[in-house]
Amino acid sequence: MNIKLNIFHITKGTEFKLKLDKPEADLTPEMISSGSWRTKTFKPFNFDALGVPPTSGHLHPLLKVRSEFRQIFLEMGFTEMPTNNFIESSFWNFDSLFQPQQHPARDAHDTFFISDPATAHEFPMDYLERVKKVHSEGGYGSQGYKYDWKIEEAQKNLLRTHTTAVSARMLYKLAQQKEFRPVKYFSIDRVFRNETLDATHLAEFHQIEGVVADYGLTLGDLMGIIYEFFKKLGIEKLRFKPAYNPYTEPSMEIFSYHEGLKKWVEIGNSGVFRPEMLLPMGLPQDVQVIAWGLSLERPTMIKYGIDNIRDLIGPKVNLQMIYDNPLCRLDKKII
Amino acid sequence: MPTVGIKRDLLFEVLQKTYTDDQFQDLCFDFGLELDEVTSEKEMLSREQGTESDQVKTASEAIIYKIDIPANRYDLLCLEGLARGLLVFLHKMEAPRYRSIPPTEGPRQQLIIKPNTAKVRPHAVAAILRNITFNQDRYSSFIDLQDKLHQNICRKRSLVAIGTHDLDTIQGPFVFDAKPPDEIKFRPLNQQKELTATQQMELYSGDSHLRHYLPIIRDKPVYPVIYDRNGVVLSMPPIINGEHSKITLNTRNVLIECTATDLNKATTVLDQLVSMFSQYCSQPFIVEQVDVVRPDKTSITYPKLAYREEELLVEDVNKKIGIQESPETIAQLLTKMCLKSKVVENGSKLLVEVPPTRADVIHCCDIIEDVAIAYGYNNVQYTMPKTNCIADQFQINHLTDQLRNAVAQAGFTEVLTFALCSRDDIADKLGHNIENTRAVHISNPKTSEFQVARTTLLPGILKTLANNRKMPLPLKLFEISDIVLQDPDKDVGAGNERHLCAVNYNKAPGFEVIQGLLDRTMQMLEVKSCKDDDQGYYIRSSQDDATYFPGRCAEIVARGKVIGKMGVLHPDVIQKFELTLPCAAFEITLEPFL
Repeated sequence: MNIKLNIFHITKGTEFKLKLDKPEADLTPEMISSGSWRTKTFKPFNFDALGVPPTSGHLHPLLKVRSEFRQIFLEMGFTEMPTNNFIESSFWNFDSLFQPQQHPARDAHDTFFISDPATAHEFPMDYLERVKKVHSEGGYGSQGYKYDWKIEEAQKNLLRTHTTAVSARMLYKLAQQKEFRPVKYFSIDRVFRNETLDATHLAEFHQIEGVVADYGLTLGDLMGIIYEFFKKLGIEKLRFKPAYNPYTEPSMEIFSYHEGLKKWVEIGNSGVFRPEMLLPMGLPQDVQVIAWGLSLERPTMIKYGIDNIRDLIGPKVNLQMIYDNPLCRLDKKII
Repeated sequence: MPTVGIKRDLLFEVLQKTYTDDQFQDLCFDFGLELDEVTSEKEMLSREQGTESDQVKTASEAIIYKIDIPANRYDLLCLEGLARGLLVFLHKMEAPRYRSIPPTEGPRQQLIIKPNTAKVRPHAVAAILRNITFNQDRYSSFIDLQDKLHQNICRKRSLVAIGTHDLDTIQGPFVFDAKPPDEIKFRPLNQQKELTATQQMELYSGDSHLRHYLPIIRDKPVYPVIYDRNGVVLSMPPIINGEHSKITLNTRNVLIECTATDLNKATTVLDQLVSMFSQYCSQPFIVEQVDVVRPDKTSITYPKLAYREEELLVEDVNKKIGIQESPETIAQLLTKMCLKSKVVENGSKLLVEVPPTRADVIHCCDIIEDVAIAYGYNNVQYTMPKTNCIADQFQINHLTDQLRNAVAQAGFTEVLTFALCSRDDIADKLGHNIENTRAVHISNPKTSEFQVARTTLLPGILKTLANNRKMPLPLKLFEISDIVLQDPDKDVGAGNERHLCAVNYNKAPGFEVIQGLLDRTMQMLEVKSCKDDDQGYYIRSSQDDATYFPGRCAEIVARGKVIGKMGVLHPDVIQKFELTLPCAAFEITLEPFL
């Protein structure tokens, strides 16, 4: 008969307790006041879990970008223009900018025209006459467009196609002052185009515009200020391409190098306003006005990797995207 | 921006150089063009028709460059003009001298305009290309250029229509008249039998290409028509040419006629067409003149092919660009751009010759741009304007940005909605009548989404809710943005108003939540809650607003004026916006708080 004998040596361990303790989840006020925390064990904390999201409100991503651009312009000494007028007359939107009345952009399928109120009823009439003359006959050193300019066309109301219409109003106002003083203006506001809609185009979007009016400005000055502007967005590699705008000459498209796509992409448009636009307003002969613009949506979509513009603005936007959208730090490379 | 499709190999042959796509892209960039796409006829057709169609199987694989051309450069709209421009730009050739001359023997051909044309299409110009040699490429290019000009400067044939004819099949003098549609009968291009104009209008109403031009003359009492001395119809502008005088690859002499409602444009169009294709005449760049006899019996000779001179100060050119070049260098740069120049007055001025192909040059600033292009935009040094200004914010925008932050801090989420919407969105769906909304109406909406400009921010926010029904509750949204109202005091008859609208969407409507936000907003604007003081704000019960649930609607009064409304939304409104839960909202104007 085999008898197995097992002998165990048992000693008290360091954790030896006479009572059975349940590990606590957290400190409580009672534990603090009674000091009982000293004798309690606490559950290991799960550092891998996320915290409780705070209840917060949120700002819309595009409007955060807008605030940043407003800030950039203010840092550069630019004054904000009053752009709170979506309804504009063809006169300010096109004619005062030396865009001819037969221009395709004034077609019903590029521009939203208004049926009610259909026409504007007040214009600075002597200025209007000068605009009529420069379009139809020329003058101020220009051949003009040589067509019959009609006031009925100019009176037609529309949804503005660019905030340059406001720049025109501001420059006209500037020219009416007794003495010319140089200005730097900017605007960021909504514009409307009646074009074909697709993943990156909507009927309404936001235009950013900067304008400088001063004696003897050069094309080099325009390039320089554009460079400083885009530098604040972390973009320093620029290339300028000759382009065409009815109201600027010279005109330049602005390109920057996209490291990801490994190619040059267009990021804006710019130019020197034509004398046919400035001189009828009454601005002095040697005052040059330079301007540049871009859309607000495009850099925003690039920065946040959004492919479809309807995911960014309008009612189809996913609120979770707004909840999760980070701070808008434009100075950190956007492309 | 117009796009031209150019056969790459043909282009390189004319340029006498082969480029890689990247190299050509760079050349375009410097010249002011953009190489948009590298494709082939086969690729383009297979995109339209799929890869199995017969047309695609026999299509050419020759590379086509699609190049974007600035809208005012009619001289670059065909291979001939583009290549010519590039060759001069690259110093490989001198810009040709375009001339018009009378015929070597006999009098000029005549195009006689009859008085009736004044009723429909009063102007006409004409010219002849003598001893021209076509091949398939040149012929296609000729047709394409007419098409491009029709689309652009001719404003889809409404301002100018071009007709080209084999001169050897017809006999002058030619007559441009306007006749009642039933009196015009001829065999139109590509048709087998003669048809009256009325029949042709009928026939072409189904033609995808031509039907767009029919409205230009359809309802007129008389239609334009051009015929020769034997009654042979050359064309019925702007619709179609006759089969009889059609141009073939064997055509040697071409009559070009342009009829128009804008004489200046017609002159320019004629000049462009003949400058481009006179290249293929036995005497290149020489065009034969035609006399156009007007109803008042006066006669004008075309084409004009006018050269113009502009004078520029050298100092001006340098100053406006920001460079320091000698007058001789600037003159050379301009010659590169087909603007032949010479230095005059001891080097202080430049005399620049503007050729008929550069109709886009109408002011010295156009010439200065060309100097900059030839110099190279990217060679210009960046400088900074010395303009010193103290910046100012636009008050309402400054307030808006501060308030947006305050409302978000109060726990609401900002949305950004469309300023354009349907009439129903601001009226029916809210229980209102559109006539009482003072809304601005759009005359040419493509869809009902663009019928009016919004008069309230509420519909946009409700639509955003409808698209986010699966999100956790409560949904607390806001927007601070412009609405549009008719306003007879404004020069255009309407103006914007900055509004703040906030909405609480939850299992319970939360009137008190919305009111809490209103109270907080007023606190931020330093407006005290006070019924008696006309500087403070208070709310009072409001009846008769169909947007809100009866007994749960209030007017918001601040500084003595009603600035908006708040309340629990009416169940009808909730359902019309495809929502299911109760909702409370307020909307106020911010204008009084500036």
